[in-house]
Amino acid sequence: MKKISRILIVVFSLALIGVFFVPIWDISLQAPQYPEGLGMKIWINKMSGDLDIINGLNHYIGMKTIHPESIKELTVMPYVIGFFIAAGIFVSVLNKPKFLLVWIVLFVIAGTVGLYDFYLWEYDYGHNLDPTAAIKVEGMNYQPPLIGSKNLLNFKAVSMPDIGSYIFFLTGLIFIYVYINEKKFFKKSL
Amino acid sequence: MKKTNTLSKSIFKGILILIIAASFYSCSEKDSKTLSMSGDEASKVYIEPGKYDEFYYFMSGGFSGQMSVYGIPSGRMLKVIPVFSVNPENGWGYTEESKPMLNTSYGFIPWDDAHHSELSQTDGVPDGRWVFINGNNTPRIARIDLKTFKTTEIIEIPNSSGNHSSPFTTPNTDYVVAGTRFSIPVENRDVPITSYKEEFKGALSFIKVDKTTGRMNIDYQIITPPYDYDLSHSGKGPSDGWFFFTCYNSEEANSLLEVNASQKDKDFILAINYKKVDEIVKGGAGKEMSTKYAHNIWNDETHSATSTMINTVKTLLPEDIKGAAYYIPCPKSPHGADVDPTGEYITAGGKLSTVIPVFAFSKITKAIAENKTDGEAGGIPILNYEACLSGEVKDPGLGPLHTEFDGKGFAYTSSFISSEVVKWNIETKQVVDRIPVYYSIGHLSIPGGDSKKPWGKYLIALNKMTKDRYLPTGPELTQSAQLIDISGDKMRILLDFPTIGEPHYAQGIPAELVTKDQIRIYKIEDNKNPHAIKSILDARVERNGSVVHVYFAATRSHFTPDNIEGVKLGDTVYFHMTNLEQDWDIPHGFAVMGNNNSEMLVMPGETCTLKWVPSRVGIMPMYCTDFCSALHQEMQGYIRVSAQGSDVPIKFSLGDEKKE
Repeated sequence: MKKISRILIVVFSLALIGVFFVPIWDISLQAPQYPEGLGMKIWINKMSGDLDIINGLNHYIGMKTIHPESIKELTVMPYVIGFFIAAGIFVSVLNKPKFLLVWIVLFVIAGTVGLYDFYLWEYDYGHNLDPTAAIKVEGMNYQPPLIGSKNLLNFKAVSMPDIGSYIFFLTGLIFIYVYINEKKFFKKSL
Repeated sequence: MKKTNTLSKSIFKGILILIIAASFYSCSEKDSKTLSMSGDEASKVYIEPGKYDEFYYFMSGGFSGQMSVYGIPSGRMLKVIPVFSVNPENGWGYTEESKPMLNTSYGFIPWDDAHHSELSQTDGVPDGRWVFINGNNTPRIARIDLKTFKTTEIIEIPNSSGNHSSPFTTPNTDYVVAGTRFSIPVENRDVPITSYKEEFKGALSFIKVDKTTGRMNIDYQIITPPYDYDLSHSGKGPSDGWFFFTCYNSEEANSLLEVNASQKDKDFILAINYKKVDEIVKGGAGKEMSTKYAHNIWNDETHSATSTMINTVKTLLPEDIKGAAYYIPCPKSPHGADVDPTGEYITAGGKLSTVIPVFAFSKITKAIAENKTDGEAGGIPILNYEACLSGEVKDPGLGPLHTEFDGKGFAYTSSFISSEVVKWNIETKQVVDRIPVYYSIGHLSIPGGDSKKPWGKYLIALNKMTKDRYLPTGPELTQSAQLIDISGDKMRILLDFPTIGEPHYAQGIPAELVTKDQIRIYKIEDNKNPHAIKSILDARVERNGSVVHVYFAATRSHFTPDNIEGVKLGDTVYFHMTNLEQDWDIPHGFAVMGNNNSEMLVMPGETCTLKWVPSRVGIMPMYCTDFCSALHQEMQGYIRVSAQGSDVPIKFSLGDEKKE
């Protein structure tokens, strides 16, 4: 591979370290009574924001309380990211576009699985409600949207990727770009 | 024929004159109520729903004993801060934690007469950290923390009586002062009242304020002749280090003061060089006098108050502070002692005077240096009036009381008897404008108007009488505040609004100086109340002899526990409620049927204790009194009260879980 390709691979593998320090997802809840805002942020290893307040409000509709320590994904994700960082550097050392392709495929799979898992998690919280809840609305579920906004009773829930996800996305794009560039290079040189 | 004609003509003339006169009369009637209204006043005080006012205004609640907080220019009342009076609305003075705040050397007192609010200052400008207010009846000074808008300290002033010239501060809030309005024997004892001139004294207290905590401690008291010390202000700039107290009753009368204390043409301003007194005290002067006064401190972490009795105070006599105290003659029965923003001019409104004297600090120091004195009073030299005088403001209205400044070279004096505000030029002493107010103005206030840098946009007239100004409410009418625009050459009334109690004085400050450090909730992890519970898992009911402690939690929308059994007649029950919410504006209230006590309102993260001595057997409901959520109405529970000696065990539960 070209020198610039290998450098880009190392740089953006290391860029993934950044996601340890920034949230990857942001769910905000908007309601007239919360002019100051209410929301939570999901990190690769924790959750932050107004969790206690959200849990307090959710008990009216019988939603399970959110306990970050019981969410396995938050334990697994740092290792997965660690793997991709190490693997990226390895790809650069091995210096074969073939391995770069493998990295990209695995990364896309991991991303897709992650999003699907997140969807299932949201589905579970939104649908598995305590039958003795004080507020029951026929046909209503409280699953927040994966991306975008949705009205849940008096709240408008807005779910959007946060900085961490943009780092993932950018890294994926750069790797794909490098790969395509390399393939073109091969074609030319052949 | 001709005769009748003349007669009818003159009758016609007479009627015409009457009509003209009546129309003049009705005009002047109308004018007196809508005077100077030019049409755009409403837009100047209109604050769009959801928008904030430009200024906070802290108004004394007068005989309510509290302090009210208003937004200006809208005149909307934002809060009543309980200070010296009990407040069953939130439990101030009723909860076990807050009772010590109202303790005094006379025991628990549920009321006082609050007079002057005074914002803390840094470099001579209000800084928005604390606001002080004096209790006049049982002499005290309270400090309210503007992070929480809560009274966090009250100190009693011994040897003082009628704490009126208080709690004025120095440019860096090193001191607040308390001058006695009624002289009394020091130390107070059983003497004939007619021994006034010999036995009675006027004590002026200098209370040190800690720079970081705001904690007050009486540094020393100066014991002076038995005059009635009315108001005071510290110097600033060139006069920094001095304090000026007005006094009346230099006649030393002890009865029918309205006549007997109004005989002399001049009373006094007492000028005290307190920085010099500080040095004298540091040099070891002064006598520790045994006395008794309460010092009450609120702790934001334990959410409770402690009251400490202090048994000694340092007193200084005039001979101890030679060269640091001078009387300046001042016409007649002066009220406000007011220092202009530059610190050079000191003015005093003499209630019974026809002029306002303006003294120049440079002339005062010159008079002292050149020893221009006219005798002495009680060992304190009296300076020559003319030697200290910069000039007199002629025709300042009747009964000039109090003066504040706009920072643009003008002073504004309230005139009680002629019910007006008079604007005059400090340098020329010329009256430049006057405006009637409704009715009988006491103090007036400009935001920062007694500081180095007034925000000279508005003036508030604090009026004693309202009569026909509002819809009448029987014999007891509200008092009022009137907002006057002073941004232009001519003063304009923009708005008037009712106040609580008697608004003796008020101070205003730009809102952002107060909002920046304000808190929204108390952090539950910082709650160090010994009766707090940090989790509903710790909720419990414990019996200790005939005392039952209920450690319970409030969250939306239930109490944990909400069913309690095993309470018996003869028990004393303490409800220790922790509001476990950490969300803004979610207080929970608590009340029990038949409790000879108030409710309590508990803020997020706070713990409060309400005492209950059940007086009959039965089921007593309890409930949340503050509409906290959609299921607030369901936030209720029951306490079973059994007969004395019954064997019902202590039992408590929430939902189906029972605990014994």
